[in-house]
Amino acid sequence: MAVTVRQFDAVIVGGGGAGLRAALQLSEAGLKTVVLSKVFPTRSHTVAAQGGISAALGNVQEDKWEWHMYDTVKGSDWLGDQDAIEFMTRNAIDAVIELEHFGMPFDRVDSGRIYQRPFGGHTANFGKTPVQRACAAADRTGHAMLHTLYQRNVRAKTQFFVEWMALDLIRDSEGDVVGVTALEMETGEIMVLHAKAVLFATGGSGRIFAASTNAFINTGDGLGMCARAGIPLEDMEFWQFHPTGVAGAGVLITEGVRGEGGILLNANGERFMERYAPNLKDLAPRDFVSRCMALEVLEGRGCGKEKDHVLLKLDHLGPDIIKQRLPSIREIAIKFAGVDPIKEPIPVIPTCHYQMGGIPTNYLGEVITPQGDNPEVRVNGFYAAGECACTSVHGANRLGTNSLLDLVVFGKSAGNSMIDFIRKERPTHKPLPENAADFSLARVNRIDTQTNGEDVSAVRTAMQKVVQARAGVFRTDKNLALGVTEIKEVAERAKRTQIKDKSKVFNMARVEALEMENLIEVAVATLISAEARKESRGAHAHDDYPNRDDENWMKHTLFDSASRTLSYKPVHTKPLSVEYIPPKERTF
Amino acid sequence: MSELDRIRWRSRRGLLELDLVLEKFLDRYLQQLDQEQLDSYKDLLFLPDNDLLDFVDGRRDCPEPRMQQLIVLMRDCWQAAQNDCSQ
Repeated sequence: MAVTVRQFDAVIVGGGGAGLRAALQLSEAGLKTVVLSKVFPTRSHTVAAQGGISAALGNVQEDKWEWHMYDTVKGSDWLGDQDAIEFMTRNAIDAVIELEHFGMPFDRVDSGRIYQRPFGGHTANFGKTPVQRACAAADRTGHAMLHTLYQRNVRAKTQFFVEWMALDLIRDSEGDVVGVTALEMETGEIMVLHAKAVLFATGGSGRIFAASTNAFINTGDGLGMCARAGIPLEDMEFWQFHPTGVAGAGVLITEGVRGEGGILLNANGERFMERYAPNLKDLAPRDFVSRCMALEVLEGRGCGKEKDHVLLKLDHLGPDIIKQRLPSIREIAIKFAGVDPIKEPIPVIPTCHYQMGGIPTNYLGEVITPQGDNPEVRVNGFYAAGECACTSVHGANRLGTNSLLDLVVFGKSAGNSMIDFIRKERPTHKPLPENAADFSLARVNRIDTQTNGEDVSAVRTAMQKVVQARAGVFRTDKNLALGVTEIKEVAERAKRTQIKDKSKVFNMARVEALEMENLIEVAVATLISAEARKESRGAHAHDDYPNRDDENWMKHTLFDSASRTLSYKPVHTKPLSVEYIPPKERTF
Repeated sequence: MSELDRIRWRSRRGLLELDLVLEKFLDRYLQQLDQEQLDSYKDLLFLPDNDLLDFVDGRRDCPEPRMQQLIVLMRDCWQAAQNDCSQ
């Protein structure tokens, strides 16, 4: 079948912070660049980042990038690659000043310099004292960044294909990337975008969990495309959780609520944290509280019809305290849980927030895969940045405010690498393989013609239930092994999804079926990777192996989708210019 | 169908809170909106996510009366849905 082919120097998939930063670099270098986005770029999930962007500017207190590096390495629980972490923290200062020059409206101190606020985990002198490092634009930092970068891209004449969904990566017989196939939703047409270099900046995949703070668009499209194209997914067992998201909605209730005296109850009305942590009770550390909540649900003491959550009780604080100190929490509870916490408890559940793993890349933004004895061979013409990429700066746990930083530092770095590659190595387009779109066409045709199949939303719900129950915050050998079996069953069902609406034009059912094919790849990778890691590190807290095991497990997981097997590669222990930061017990 | 699908798709936002509120609103009202309201809703979708969330949350009112009318519907519909759930 004849398929329209369009040529660009660079194709960027994803219009969030990382995609826009890379596109700007390429367009300003005079390269013909297109950004594909499922939604209008300024509606990307980057907009949800409120906390800020960290850089050791030292505007409020003395600070050094070496201290920021130390905090990031420690936060990563020594799974982060130290060359990439040095690169990010050292370049953070220029990256923030550059955003300021682009016109981003940062909060300022009286002298006019960028204000910096305190944030958990940010320290001076290698963990000694807290330091103010987070730069912010009120509570809209992500929003401000996205709008600033979008405006710059318009000025630089970046092209935007909005309401387009990339379907598959096109690799030639040598394994080089030469473009993508994509669906234009408006027409339903599938096209080939032939590129000298392709960047994935497709964001996270938090929608694999039943409880997630991620927007509906976060379906792991880039990860799905990689999995199908034989590119492994790295460290997919590591997901960041927040203990108290509103059950069934995902919207967060800040931890300050428990500081004010809020308590957690199970279905028997028992304050169960007294049993797990007799001294700290409800104020035990975040990950510990999360695990106890999950355990209560797993052991049948969950609340509600589905027995799938616990309750956060506040009414004993009295209406005045709630109205004075927790007005926004009351607003969220009324709006998203349908309860007024002055009278009733709020249903809550540990909620997935951020994906640490993803497409394996180095600090240049190049995608790297194992080949023979070499664990890191560059895939020619292919780059990734942002939450979809595993660079790996976040390792086993991300430090707050490092996600926005990751987007701009590695978006720019990948953009520069692509410019170099296009100029020096691929000045002309490498030919497309024959029938480059056939694989995608067959996938869409399968969805359109499936009979006696499965409803997409039913399969998605089944997947989310398995991932939440088996790969959530409470992990044991038994639970994870069950999860692997269960998710493989769901994956079989996902091969037979069926849609009723067969129209070409703006068919949302088809798009959601295609998103499901991406989500299931991520879900399978998560369960299999988590089941194999026999230690606790960062966000992967394993009850049967409560300690970190550097001797056996200080290594990155690589999941291959076709064979559903794992391999491992070493963590980078050589920073670019400074001394290695050796592992220590992670205490706070 | 495709016009309504397009509206549904454009109601996918960067913020989860908006995804949830707009999904409920569309389930309840999309079929009932007249052409003028549909046009207003489409315009409303061009608002930045954070502004739209402020309006929906009732922190501010939308200065555009025809959009404000829809925002009031959204607030009511969300409230009603929550009351249904908690009963």
